[in-house]
Amino acid sequence: MSTTTTTATPAKPKLKTSAMIASFADPGQKTSSAPFGHALVKAAQENDRIVGLTADLGKYTDMHIFAQAFPERFFQMGMAEQLLFGAAAGLAETGLVPFASTYSVFAARRAYDFLCLDAAEPNLNVNIVGGLPGLTTGYGPSHQATEDMAIFRGMPNLTIVDPCDSVDIEQAVPQLAASEGPTYLRLLRGNVPTVLDEYGYTFELGKAKVLRGGNDVVFISSGLMTMRALQAAEALAAHNVDVAVVHTPTIKPFDAETVLAEINTGRLAVTLENHSVVGGLFETVASAVVTAGLGKRVVPVALPDQFLDAGALPTLHDRYGLATDRIVAKVLAELG
Amino acid sequence: MPTETVQDAAPQGQTYQAGVTPERVDKISAAAYRIRHHALNMGEVQGQGYVGQALGAADMLATVYGDQLRFRAEDPHWEARDRFLLSTGHYAIGHYAALAEAGIVPVQELETYGSDDSRLPMSGMSTYTPGMEISGGSLGHGLTIAVGMALGLRYQGSNARVFNFLSDGELDEGSTWEAAMGAHHHQLGNLTAMVDINALQADGKTDTVLRTEPVTEKWESFGWYTQRVDGNDVGALLAAFDNAAAQAAAVGRPSVILCDTKVGRGVPLLEEREKAHFMRIEEHEWQVCREQLTAGYEGKASA
Repeated sequence: MSTTTTTATPAKPKLKTSAMIASFADPGQKTSSAPFGHALVKAAQENDRIVGLTADLGKYTDMHIFAQAFPERFFQMGMAEQLLFGAAAGLAETGLVPFASTYSVFAARRAYDFLCLDAAEPNLNVNIVGGLPGLTTGYGPSHQATEDMAIFRGMPNLTIVDPCDSVDIEQAVPQLAASEGPTYLRLLRGNVPTVLDEYGYTFELGKAKVLRGGNDVVFISSGLMTMRALQAAEALAAHNVDVAVVHTPTIKPFDAETVLAEINTGRLAVTLENHSVVGGLFETVASAVVTAGLGKRVVPVALPDQFLDAGALPTLHDRYGLATDRIVAKVLAELG
Repeated sequence: MPTETVQDAAPQGQTYQAGVTPERVDKISAAAYRIRHHALNMGEVQGQGYVGQALGAADMLATVYGDQLRFRAEDPHWEARDRFLLSTGHYAIGHYAALAEAGIVPVQELETYGSDDSRLPMSGMSTYTPGMEISGGSLGHGLTIAVGMALGLRYQGSNARVFNFLSDGELDEGSTWEAAMGAHHHQLGNLTAMVDINALQADGKTDTVLRTEPVTEKWESFGWYTQRVDGNDVGALLAAFDNAAAQAAAVGRPSVILCDTKVGRGVPLLEEREKAHFMRIEEHEWQVCREQLTAGYEGKASA
């Protein structure tokens, strides 16, 4: 028999899982609405070979913007991801440039064979647009694509892009359309933070960019973790720790030259990714370091090799070490 | 209006529907004979292979390449060509023979089948062979790609048709039915699927592996213009392809021709052998096979 106390403690507001796609923008942060959808429309105005497809997730991947602008160039394939990507390959075989969207989990896990053999082997210009990459939903393992890059990195010919913000996405889309061969874009959708405009940055496919210099630590980051890396660098400055940030939005082919030049110093090297510690940015950097014969330690900030909890995104980002405070604490601990 | 099952080979002298002339039947029968002959020669080089499938599907391949497909042998990438997609990569041996018959691949090159550095690998790939539109082999892909091709061609104002060759084993794959639904939803009237129903899969007879019947009703219920014919009866094949061509349109029902075939067809030694997905033929038997094939063909031709 339990007794209940009547002295209620003022509880912290309980964070909820909320929508399937919770925004990871901070309150008050500058954002851009549906940057992918608008960028695709703009690219399609200049290139009439661009077409769009989705597997019953147009509204959830910002593809609906394109569908509204170009209804005759948009093909709804239904909740059938094998058909989605097989058909995308077929469209590319006729000389068109398809962008096909679904969630990353379905593209990587369910439709891999179709992407691999129908798009990548013939090196067709099929552009995969994957929503909810890494930990960007609280819905649990069915929707959290924590190992999408690990799955896709082994696919020959495939270019993998992990954009940080709306600037990256807007500039990446026309470059993905212009590049030969298949690509995979880790989509950020809805109200996407605008961050990199303040760093004199432009996206170049296949290139890493040094966003800021720093004498004590070098962050190598991709995706939304570049935003966190920049925030952590600011916070660490208050601790008199000077942090450089190198953004590597193209995971494959990887700009090892730029990254290794930054790593091959006396600074603490940290990789930051919204992905499992297995098979993503950390291992990409690690293999480049080993291949170059650099005896250099690299510290990963990444999701653990496990199925993650369901819950509210801020809770989960804190739990699994992607939150800015956790990054700061980890760096300070490393520096002793 | 779907025509119903024509299960058995047409008796000699049967007249087919208007347009299926004896000349067309003779021309395609001769092409099918040569395709079978090429396939036996290729099989002999390797000492093995999917010869049984090639013999079974030779009449389908001869009909589509010899009578239906619009292409330019000297320009396999001609934009206005009809597309033939081989979903069953292991049928490449038969497809190469058909490409040789079509003049796209030199006949002399067939003897390189399956050899190192050949343009004719054991499993068909678009990246190796002129006239090979896709890399098949992982079964259940062909029809999904065909849907995209048909959409893309229609969007670009082309009236080219898309033919997808698939096997009854591929009806096990869910992706085939995703594509069947998609083709009907998008009303891809220039898309024709041709299904080789040899009732045999890697592990045994189709009805013991995973029962696909009733196949006709399945395709009909997916909204396709469905015909089922004896896939070793050239006259019946021509009639079915004519029917499909007559109702082909940029916007309309996709069509499927379900072809009941016999593994090893045309070579009694192989027709009577225990059916196997991967047929083993002894060294001394290849010549016997060729002789039986020729005797059968000449006997029929002179009848």
